[in-house]
Amino acid sequence: MRNYKNVIAAYSIMIFLIILVGIFQSWSIALTILNYCLISAVMTIGANIQWGYAGLINFGIMGYTALGGLAVVLVSVEPVKKAWQVGGLNILACIWIIVAIIFVVKFILNRFDKSKLRNYSVASVILGGIILLRVTAAPGIEAIESVDPAKTGFLGGMGLPVLFSWIFGALLAGGLAFVIGKIALGLRADYLAIATLLIAEIIVSIIKHEEWLARGVKNVIGLKRPAPYEIDLQTSEWFINLVAKFNSSKLNLINSISDKQEALNQMVIDASSVYVKLCFTGLFLTVVIILLIVTQKALYSPWGRKMRAIRDNEEAASAMGKNIVKEHLLIFILGSAIVGLAGAMMVTNDGLFTPGSYRPMRYTFVIWVMVIVGGTGNNFGAILGGFVVWFLWVEAAPIALFLINLFTSHLPETNAVRVHLIESAPYFRFLVIGIGLLLIMRYRPQGIIPEKIIKQ
Amino acid sequence: MDFLNAIIVLFNFTVIPALAYGSQLALGAIFVTLIYAVLRFANFATGDMMSFGTMFAVILTYYFQSLGFGLGFLPTALLTIPFAILMMILYMLIIDKFVFSYYRIKKSPPVQFAMVSVGVMFVTQALIRIIIGPSDRRFLDGEKFIIKATEFKEMTGLAEGITLKSTQAITIIVTLVVVSIMFWFLNRTKTGTSMRAYSDNEDLALLSGIDPKRVVLITWVIAGILATIGGVLYGLDKSYRPFVYFNNMLPIFAAAIVGGIGNPFGAFLGGYVIAFAEIFVTYAYKRFISYLLPEHLEPDSLLQLLSTDYKFAVSFSILVIVLLIRPSGIFKGKVI
Repeated sequence: MRNYKNVIAAYSIMIFLIILVGIFQSWSIALTILNYCLISAVMTIGANIQWGYAGLINFGIMGYTALGGLAVVLVSVEPVKKAWQVGGLNILACIWIIVAIIFVVKFILNRFDKSKLRNYSVASVILGGIILLRVTAAPGIEAIESVDPAKTGFLGGMGLPVLFSWIFGALLAGGLAFVIGKIALGLRADYLAIATLLIAEIIVSIIKHEEWLARGVKNVIGLKRPAPYEIDLQTSEWFINLVAKFNSSKLNLINSISDKQEALNQMVIDASSVYVKLCFTGLFLTVVIILLIVTQKALYSPWGRKMRAIRDNEEAASAMGKNIVKEHLLIFILGSAIVGLAGAMMVTNDGLFTPGSYRPMRYTFVIWVMVIVGGTGNNFGAILGGFVVWFLWVEAAPIALFLINLFTSHLPETNAVRVHLIESAPYFRFLVIGIGLLLIMRYRPQGIIPEKIIKQ
Repeated sequence: MDFLNAIIVLFNFTVIPALAYGSQLALGAIFVTLIYAVLRFANFATGDMMSFGTMFAVILTYYFQSLGFGLGFLPTALLTIPFAILMMILYMLIIDKFVFSYYRIKKSPPVQFAMVSVGVMFVTQALIRIIIGPSDRRFLDGEKFIIKATEFKEMTGLAEGITLKSTQAITIIVTLVVVSIMFWFLNRTKTGTSMRAYSDNEDLALLSGIDPKRVVLITWVIAGILATIGGVLYGLDKSYRPFVYFNNMLPIFAAAIVGGIGNPFGAFLGGYVIAFAEIFVTYAYKRFISYLLPEHLEPDSLLQLLSTDYKFAVSFSILVIVLLIRPSGIFKGKVI
């Protein structure tokens, strides 16, 4: 137990900070932060599997997150029947064409020896396939996008419960990681970083601009929820009674009945949003705990030791007969699938899918900072990193504003420097994160909670 | 006549913009490649460093304008570039002293360097937004056009015109001048040779008495010059927006790798390869073809390979293809 002392201390401080937010700002904000911390934690578990276990640098986290979000739309939205009628056939045909192209290319690559002719024929098959795809898809896409463009204009999803999308998101991201891993994993570390960064950008730009798929930048709003809606809660008898019971001491202080009713209404509205967020917290916490148990078991299993051996010395591991290419691919897929799961969780939490909001800054680099700050190779560390960095990311602006006001309080209200600083308070979060990362890299490169290797 | 018109359409809408955009990318790509060759890491703060230099040019341009200084028909920004470069070099040297030098002495792996540069990226981005704010700024003054489409049509009597913006001409000329001076410096002077030696084989270079501190200093100086000029030219041509500069880092990386990372000449050409590919693939050829074909054969569609939304995606796909087929780039990388 002594070994876990610092872990427990670090997490207690974190929980204490979130409770402070609850007391000083509001419980709703505190729960929002906590939920995002949990989602970030899932992302960092994914990134940590790749970077901490195997030393793979994946700057494509944004792409998998977006794909997970897309999965929510594809699974939970009701299908748009009319769009399927007018253009579904073309899209299905396109999928078959893509499958055919892949098979033909594979066939050519397997069947013939390496030669210029083979390269040219592969290139011409792909080029011809793309032209064929465009010709097939164009009328279908046009028809789909013109079906009630203000509301739908896309194929819709499968209309299943939203929780299925979490699994589907993970599968989708894992599938993509398989393809990318096959392409890019042979590259050297920093090349891999750049390649994955750019591939993620390609994925997001496809999601953004293919409106028949998920409305692109027009966004999908009002997604299904695994939790009750606030409006339903506010009208249901049991919930009002519950709130009244919780706040009975406060309510008893109010004498007039109309005032009492008004206060109760306000309490019910506040409590409903807190209740919904608590439901999400419960779901996310379950996911984080399951993932933590599984990854922790994996880390200390023979498989985890093998991964560490590969990470620390590839040549030695390969001399011992470990298949490095296969293991790298496997871990790339696993990590990406977890990130895809996190992406689906995030979109479920928000209730809307906004492809325009996927930016590498927020979804790749901040996640990386979380992993590095928290502790690479240690799951408790990675999760803590997710909590700490997300907390700073959200709370940096209010804290900066407070400090600016404190230090410039001797200046008049209209002082140009003071006004300018107050206006730029939101950008101090970049400064805090950046300096935090640089300090950690310099003075504690192993992170807040360093990797622990248990000798067996 | 129709053939001439077709050529002019193509020239006006693809070649000129691609040359200007390619020059801006090329400067950035040489910056990336130099840092990679001499200091041995992929600098993820590239875009924001370019933005940082440009920020000083923008602020100084506003200041000079308020004083009434100017270059007449040329943009005032050209006057402010030297000052902006000085500030940029100062910033880079401070960053190097307090951040990068520690890892260089420790001989950290490139991945750690890359992560540190991500930290620098965050800090630089914060400084830029705190100093100048995230909004869109135009700081171009002076003449806007060198040749206007209407004037060109009157002069030649053709149906299509060529528009040459002054920023495009300035971009291409300044890039050529800067890049030629840089190549002369790298290839002909003693300092340049010592830099190449250091990049080729650090230990041998140290053995033959090359001062590593001096090499690093010169590298940052050249990097500062390239970053600032590239950033200012881009800002003049489009507009200055911190967020866009961060995004520009991606095609710049693509250009550097396509050209063979570590090879400045490759990076220079890589910039143009990326720019031409982006513009040629996303250009709608309808007008071009309609001049060449007889009237009844005129095409209905736009004849566009990909919509302009995929401009960035094109350059990234090229990068992926190059990485797959020839990871060392078009020219062999890792020598300067």
